[in-house]
Amino acid sequence: MAESESDAAFVEFERVQKSYDGETLVVKDLNLKMPRGEFLTMLGPSGSGKTTCLMMLAGFETATHGEIKLGGKPINNIPPHKRGIGMVFQNYALFPHMTIEENLSFPLEVRNIGKSDREAKIKRALDMVEMGTFGARRPAQLSGGQQQRVALARALVFEPELVLMDEPLGALDKQLREKMQFEITHLAHQLGITVVYVTHDQTEALTMSDRVAVFDDGRIQQIAPPDQLYEEPENSFVAQFIGENNTLEGVIKEIRENGLALVQLDDGELIDCTPVNVSQPGERTRVSIRPERVEYNKARLQKGVHTLKAEVLEFIYMGDIFRTRLRVAGNDEFIVKTRNAPDQERLQPGQQIEIGWLPQDCRALDA
Amino acid sequence: MSDTSGPILAADGTPLKKKLQQTLFRSRARAFGLVFPLLAFIIIAFILPIILLLSQSVWDSRYADLMPESTKAVAGWDSSTPPTEEMAAAMVTDLVQARENKTIGKVATRVNRELSGTRSLFTKTARSAAKLEAPYLGALIDRDEDWGKIETWAAIKVAAKKFNPSYLASAVDMKYNADGTFEREDEGRRIHVKLFWRTLEISFLVTVFTLLLGYPVAYLLSTLPVRTSNLLLILVLLPFWTSLLVRTTAWIAMLQGQGVLNDLFVVFGIATDEDRFSLIYNKTGTLIAMTHILLPFMILPLYSVMKTIPPSYVRAAKSMGARPSTAFWRVYFPQSVPGIGAGALLVFILAIGYYITPALVGGQDGQMISNIIDFHMRRSLNWNLAAALGLVLLVFVLFLFWLYDRIVGIDNMKLG
Repeated sequence: MAESESDAAFVEFERVQKSYDGETLVVKDLNLKMPRGEFLTMLGPSGSGKTTCLMMLAGFETATHGEIKLGGKPINNIPPHKRGIGMVFQNYALFPHMTIEENLSFPLEVRNIGKSDREAKIKRALDMVEMGTFGARRPAQLSGGQQQRVALARALVFEPELVLMDEPLGALDKQLREKMQFEITHLAHQLGITVVYVTHDQTEALTMSDRVAVFDDGRIQQIAPPDQLYEEPENSFVAQFIGENNTLEGVIKEIRENGLALVQLDDGELIDCTPVNVSQPGERTRVSIRPERVEYNKARLQKGVHTLKAEVLEFIYMGDIFRTRLRVAGNDEFIVKTRNAPDQERLQPGQQIEIGWLPQDCRALDA
Repeated sequence: MSDTSGPILAADGTPLKKKLQQTLFRSRARAFGLVFPLLAFIIIAFILPIILLLSQSVWDSRYADLMPESTKAVAGWDSSTPPTEEMAAAMVTDLVQARENKTIGKVATRVNRELSGTRSLFTKTARSAAKLEAPYLGALIDRDEDWGKIETWAAIKVAAKKFNPSYLASAVDMKYNADGTFEREDEGRRIHVKLFWRTLEISFLVTVFTLLLGYPVAYLLSTLPVRTSNLLLILVLLPFWTSLLVRTTAWIAMLQGQGVLNDLFVVFGIATDEDRFSLIYNKTGTLIAMTHILLPFMILPLYSVMKTIPPSYVRAAKSMGARPSTAFWRVYFPQSVPGIGAGALLVFILAIGYYITPALVGGQDGQMISNIIDFHMRRSLNWNLAAALGLVLLVFVLFLFWLYDRIVGIDNMKLG
């Protein structure tokens, strides 16, 4: 009992590898620790290994190498039905030949829970997702959003401590998806369950999770809380994958003593950047700046900030924000987002302006 | 809205409904034109022959056409009193006529079906009918005393009916009497019902065997990667492309007393050389060969249904704590039922009318109803009885369809 509850990892991947064909690794050296009660999202493009990780955790795939632990115990050799993990599938997987109540009753029946107990739990679970009146219907008679709620209730009805969700909102339209995102996080925190959520939608990952693990090429590229992931990406992939991003290519000139790096862009301009995963002068780098951190209003530009010349190519009015496309240091796809404030200037195509940003918002990453 | 009662008009003023029909008519006419050749072919080459043949099971005007006078005479007879002079006179007239027209053979065959032994009575009497003189009844009895028996005339009365239930009755081992009553056939002559039952038994067993063998194969096919499953599917279909005759004779080579299988049994000591298993020319042979031949008809519908069951259902069941067997029986199996229904119905209906295989490997007790139909079509030339047997079979199959529709629902069936 030396470890306190919060220290002990509830879910743990230890040097896990997975190969389907014996030639290529789909998952390469995965290490991950999750505390109890965390909402963790695995985010990544298709083929990045995130779903394979989920399936290994659920027990439908076996790890080729390494160990997966649940509550401190290795579960590699425990079959899926003995792991006690709730799961929500991409296409809901509600049993079409059973009513909603029978669907929810199923996990309780296989656990030999008595009838009266079952009914109470089913009712509670259905009420929780506001589907209390639909118990007698069949899945085909429900809309996509309703099926999604039932699938959620079914995964929760037997009170698992860990729930896995495999792109559960992928088939819903945008509005419903946003509503369900909120409801799922709300429920998860309310019930105190641990959730592993797989998605390829970065907005979903950012809005729902305590931490996000960005997958690419069978590895976790970065695992961090949403704000840190967005504002402090650790490599070019994460910077590109999460949110919108402007990149300027260049070479490191020198690393200064104040921790900043001087970068010479390809058109000769010199700018200050925060070095992230670059260390040597002479190394090529990709400088990344978020569109909303770029400023062109002279009154708002901080003193001493290095500015660059830019030409306005396009101005798009989007209601709440303005989206302006610029040509900066030879890059025609440089985007600036500004809030639609009363004093905000509306730029005209062809206009020559000066833009600037804070050195900490400008990150020098691997090329 | 004041004009809701009037018809809605198209832009040119014609009622919209009429306009729509005009527009649709052209495309429908074109579609009909395309299917017409096939439709005509099916009607002429398939539906009409079936109707004509089946109608023979209840319609037989041969006697009435060839022997018009006696037909009229026996129609008024009550079939329990002794024959009258009037009937005898009509019979002699007809016999003379039939001998002249050389149709007496057909007539004799027809009556012989109702009462065996009457063939020679007719042909013999007809030869000298022209020389007979009144009173005809006495003259006929003089030629052969059978003419005085009531049962002879009763058989004639039955044969003379154009719309005639006697064939259908005989198809289910009943006898149709001249007075319009039915009774069961004598014990020794009840063969059809027994054969129908055996046909049902064999079809049912073949269905069960194909299901037991086919289900795992279909499951395997549906879970394998597409490339492997396509290859295996070709293996399943291979028998389809091989002649039925070849496959059946191959089974003869496999199963006969000195065949491959029995040789193996002897080698492994399961059977002794003197006492080999009889695997062929009996019911066992029919069952083995038919199960093999009909297996693809079970596998294909099962496969097509199983392919549509996503693996996530069973995974979901397992994630909820169901053991693999529970997940299978409660989640997978119920969803494969439409395939089982389709496959079972297909195999059963094909099996119930199966002919070549039982004929070749069935021996005595492996024969099915189709074999006796064939016998009546080609050997005894009793097409009417063959048609009656076919009709009984058809009605039974339609009944099964109806039953299936009531229990499972025909729209629940998936054939591919």
